Amino acid sequence: MSTLSFRNIWVEYGDQIVLERINLEIASGTFLSIVGPSGAGKSTFLRLILGQEKPSQGTVLLDGKPFPAEPGPDRGIVFQRYSVFPHLTVLGNVLLGYEFAERRLTARLLGEPRRKAVEQSLALIEAVGLGPHRDKYPSALSGGMQQRLAIAQALAKRPRVLLLDEPFGALDPGTRAQMHALIKPLWRDLKMTIVMVTHDIKEAFGLATRLIALDRVRRDPQAPERFGARITYDLDLTRDGAVPVLGFIRAEAEARS
Amino acid sequence: MPRAMNVVPSRGSRIILALLPFLLIALVYVIGSAERRAANPDDKLLPPVSEMVATTKRLAAEPDRRSGEYVLWADTAASLQRLALGLGISALVGLVLGLAIGLLPVAGASFGTLVAVLSMIPPMAVLPILFIVFGLGELSKVVLIIIGVTPMLVRDLSLEVGSMPREQLIKAQTLGGSTWQVAIRVALPQIMPRLIKCMRLMIGPAFLFLISAEAIAADVGLGYRIFLVRRYLSMDVILPYVAWITLLAYLFDLALVFIGRRAFPWAYEQEARR
Repeated sequence: MSTLSFRNIWVEYGDQIVLERINLEIASGTFLSIVGPSGAGKSTFLRLILGQEKPSQGTVLLDGKPFPAEPGPDRGIVFQRYSVFPHLTVLGNVLLGYEFAERRLTARLLGEPRRKAVEQSLALIEAVGLGPHRDKYPSALSGGMQQRLAIAQALAKRPRVLLLDEPFGALDPGTRAQMHALIKPLWRDLKMTIVMVTHDIKEAFGLATRLIALDRVRRDPQAPERFGARITYDLDLTRDGAVPVLGFIRAEAEARS
Repeated sequence: MPRAMNVVPSRGSRIILALLPFLLIALVYVIGSAERRAANPDDKLLPPVSEMVATTKRLAAEPDRRSGEYVLWADTAASLQRLALGLGISALVGLVLGLAIGLLPVAGASFGTLVAVLSMIPPMAVLPILFIVFGLGELSKVVLIIIGVTPMLVRDLSLEVGSMPREQLIKAQTLGGSTWQVAIRVALPQIMPRLIKCMRLMIGPAFLFLISAEAIAADVGLGYRIFLVRRYLSMDVILPYVAWITLLAYLFDLALVFIGRRAFPWAYEQEARR
């Protein structure tokens, strides 16, 4: 279970209000897309879940409990770029998560435990289709392959929530389609909650089970930073046509099924 | 006729082109030396190559009459030991402080400015203090190298840590890494190639500090020898010594490049792709 709750969230930087009055319940197992114009606080929203940023008001809860205000292994992330470690091979990149968990001091596995971790890592590498490239460094991989690696790396920790920050934004359309075909079954099999920020409306509708749009509702032409963005659309995409989520009834129903 | 900027020498002609300036310099020296000898058989300023070879042979292959040591090798061993100690300790301190300052905001806030100020102290200006505090022995020479090299290493390495993409550090945390684990598995390996580059650049200054310290107070060492024989205008010793020091420095540089390529292939792969 991994229900994310946003209770009356405000994010402000000094005078600038980025997000205002965000109330949202994300049911466990949801694939949520977030769309909106640049500067509408999409990435800020993601950083709230990540714990990289604290709300000025309100609380974010994971399964009803607040979580520490720093990134942790229960929330994985794939950024648009720089998500993989350039000094480690494909295998080393995935292995690192296991090594962090099992050796507090050296963060290095040797012998039998290493073999086990390598086996698990290879299964993940195979799952994202990087099997033949296990010994390559990221600089020798294409952009799409690097993103696959970043996904495999995040999955190694079996995160309850996987955050995707425009993960396919820098890829060409063909590679992007391949990535879509990769991520959807992974999400279904591993029963994670995925929150994806994207600029690509088609991608947002194609992948997600729920979509929210962030935008500024009120505008003051003299002080454009005076009002923050709110959720302007909240659509349920599991039905034949997109249907607005009314209240949070639908989310609860989703959680029960 | 292609533009000059598009004329690329082939592999063979590249070697010849590289050797040509050296040969020219040697030629100019030989002619100059012969000219001066013709005018004055006792000229000491530009000794002929044969004389330098003889002197080098004497210094390298015959034991000194007074101490029984092979002077060139004793000097080289003493100097290299000081250099290795100085550079090694500098690298270690540079890595530890660089990582701490670059990775921990608290360390950065408390030591960042201090290091920036310390790096502005001219090392030669504190040499007298070192002689007073550490005496005239090995320690003061090693410490001079450390003082000269470390601040720059710390600054450069901490900047290198700071310039790592923020995304990587976040990602490492979402993989469950603690501060210590991120430092040793993510940050440290990524600044090692930079350390190699810094060390390459610091070989020159390190030799400068070494020879200065040896010139002022030492009883053995490459710098000591040069400044000792200067009193007798022994260019036949000084010139081979300078060539030997240059060769050593050049070999270190090559060795560092080699180590860097072997140990951190990913860094060079990345560079080749740019």
